[in-house]
Amino acid sequence: MLAWTCPTPLRDRPRIVMGHGGGGALSAELIEGVFAPAYGGPALAHTTDAAEIRIGGARLAFSTDSFVVRPLFFPGGSIGDLAVNGTVNDLAMSGARASHLSCGFILEEGVETDVVARVAQALGAAARVAGVQVVTGDTKVVEAGHGDGIYINTSGVGLIPDGVDLRPQRVVPGDVVIVSGPIGMHGVAIMSVREGLEFGVEITSDCAPLGGLVEAMLAVTRDLHVLRDPTRGGLAASLNEIAAASGTGVVIQERAVPVPEAVGNACAVLGLDPMYVANEGKLVAFVPREHADAVLAAMRAHPLGAGAAVIGEAVETHPGMVVARTGLGGTRVVDMPLGEQLPRIC
Amino acid sequence: MKYIDEFQNPDLAGRLLDEIRATVTRPWALMEVCGGQTHSIIRHGIDQLLPPEIELIHGPGCPVCVTPLEMIDKALEIASRPGVIFCSFGDMLRVPGTGRDLFQVRGQGGDVRVVYSPLDALRIAEQNPDREVVFFGIGFETTAPPNAMTVHQARKRNIRNFSLLVSHVRVPPAIDAIMRSPECRVQGFLAAGHVCSVMGTAEYPELARRHQVPIVVTGFEPLDILEGVRRTVLQLERGERTVENAYQRAVTAEGNPAAQAMLSDVFEVADRAWRGIGVIPDSGWRLSARYRDHDAEHRFSVEGIDTREPAECRSGEVLQGLLKPNECEAFGTTCTPRSPLGATMVSSEGACAAYYLYRRLDAGTPGQRPPASARTASGTPSPVTASLEGSPLA
Repeated sequence: MLAWTCPTPLRDRPRIVMGHGGGGALSAELIEGVFAPAYGGPALAHTTDAAEIRIGGARLAFSTDSFVVRPLFFPGGSIGDLAVNGTVNDLAMSGARASHLSCGFILEEGVETDVVARVAQALGAAARVAGVQVVTGDTKVVEAGHGDGIYINTSGVGLIPDGVDLRPQRVVPGDVVIVSGPIGMHGVAIMSVREGLEFGVEITSDCAPLGGLVEAMLAVTRDLHVLRDPTRGGLAASLNEIAAASGTGVVIQERAVPVPEAVGNACAVLGLDPMYVANEGKLVAFVPREHADAVLAAMRAHPLGAGAAVIGEAVETHPGMVVARTGLGGTRVVDMPLGEQLPRIC
Repeated sequence: MKYIDEFQNPDLAGRLLDEIRATVTRPWALMEVCGGQTHSIIRHGIDQLLPPEIELIHGPGCPVCVTPLEMIDKALEIASRPGVIFCSFGDMLRVPGTGRDLFQVRGQGGDVRVVYSPLDALRIAEQNPDREVVFFGIGFETTAPPNAMTVHQARKRNIRNFSLLVSHVRVPPAIDAIMRSPECRVQGFLAAGHVCSVMGTAEYPELARRHQVPIVVTGFEPLDILEGVRRTVLQLERGERTVENAYQRAVTAEGNPAAQAMLSDVFEVADRAWRGIGVIPDSGWRLSARYRDHDAEHRFSVEGIDTREPAECRSGEVLQGLLKPNECEAFGTTCTPRSPLGATMVSSEGACAAYYLYRRLDAGTPGQRPPASARTASGTPSPVTASLEGSPLA
């Protein structure tokens, strides 16, 4: 299936459009067509969320992320929480427990100091929960009208434990695909406040740091194959990235994917697919079949993995492609989202 | 979701499929009119579960697909003008016009906004009295009444800086046009349930009689669609050609009189162009003379814009079931979902895009059965399985 938005976009765009930041095919084209050739070097060949660098004898995961969310505060968190957890989770997907963060604020002239303070406090609190220290920072102010109040960039580092090698290239047919809990909550929470939509019950963001959950999984076995946090583009984008990079196919059982009722309802109303909606406190893991039971049990024993579920497996057939087996027994292709998901007309 | 999960129940779906298999004795070609039904069919893999005798032809009922290129170009022109706030439902922003789309207009500084209701656009007009606010009013009988209501409200509240760019179309004339084609292969229709919830079913008995086709008003959930197929096949097998309502929880014979009254007040029936098909007489609406000052085409003087579809696009034939998507020379080469030439490849609900995806799956999975609308005589191999049988996790 294409992302279930009616039209498909033009290519070869002379200007940047929102879809270039949507985490889908347009984002990938921007990286492959503009950034990677300009920067050069082998490190960018990996399209993982964090780079692995070696300094002395240490293997470090290094990642950066920028946060431009509106509104600044939303049910379940704020831009401050996201700024910590986003980068912490990118590092965690390399198996690293984040140790140090940088934090750059770009403030818009006119934003209330109190709002900045509240964001900073939320950021500090999130860092303490995640067990990461904010050790350097920067502040810039842009003229009124040239920003959305507050933008934040964080970069982070963490040590990758010995014996841990998390890469999509390690995925082999037979690997079991596990998701750590219900999907789609962050995207729907943001949409509900941003667009003033009400879905009967308040849906809160799942924004959370995943370092502890990853540690619990690695305590079972260091032989996990790949982890991803399905943020922009949702679970569908993460699965497609892994399928493409590994050269294996992925088959998921649609009914096994945990979707909270409220998220399902909201998506039904808007014509969206929960598979494409952003998460901020979930991971998807490809685990060797012999370890899958134990890893699943360890995940379920952790507060952030209580809703973990096996949703499918890696297969030899249709390499590079993600296929969903529907509740009725049919199949459909789950394609890479092109840009941002858009509400359908009817 | 209450009343949704029940209509996706696999056991009940299995029973309906068994009944359909027991009923069908020969090949039948059915058209599901609405893009929402196409979406559901593909989303749930329904076409792969039906017996091979039943071919589903995807109809011209995706509002985004059938909005003509000319109208998209008018939207782009208006949205590019200084002082305009152009409001639209989200999925129109990506539709390619001649060389660009609304996203690109926004990237070039145009004020293009996604709204969830035309009334949101009216509120924006109230809040920005020094700007011209335009709402892109496209779609079928389902989206037309709220758009009519919005124009009515604008007049009532004297909000002069609001206008509607109208490209509304009607289903019954499209069914008539499809059936009038000498090469038409459609033998039964699943009528669009939500359209009938507004308009009722009064327009359909004459169509069923004139063209000797069963027309079954059908909903959108998997069980709704299977029930629609079951009833249509049952009629065909019995030699009946009548209108049935298989979506009684939403549709009454008279429809929604208040919505119909609003349509009559604000709009008048007009010829409309359908992307991929061409002009169909009396197949749409335009703002009536009383509301002409809220007509964006008139206000922004874009009546003269005339664009042409790529000549190599044969989506009109595909929409009528006259051509298999892969029989088009452009299919999969110069025309793909990522760079579509026409309506049926523009939309993920279009037959070409659906077929393209299944062919991709077919290529990666030997023996995967393509959709019924694209099935060849090469047989029906086993579908992909993702069974965890044998796994300790099963």
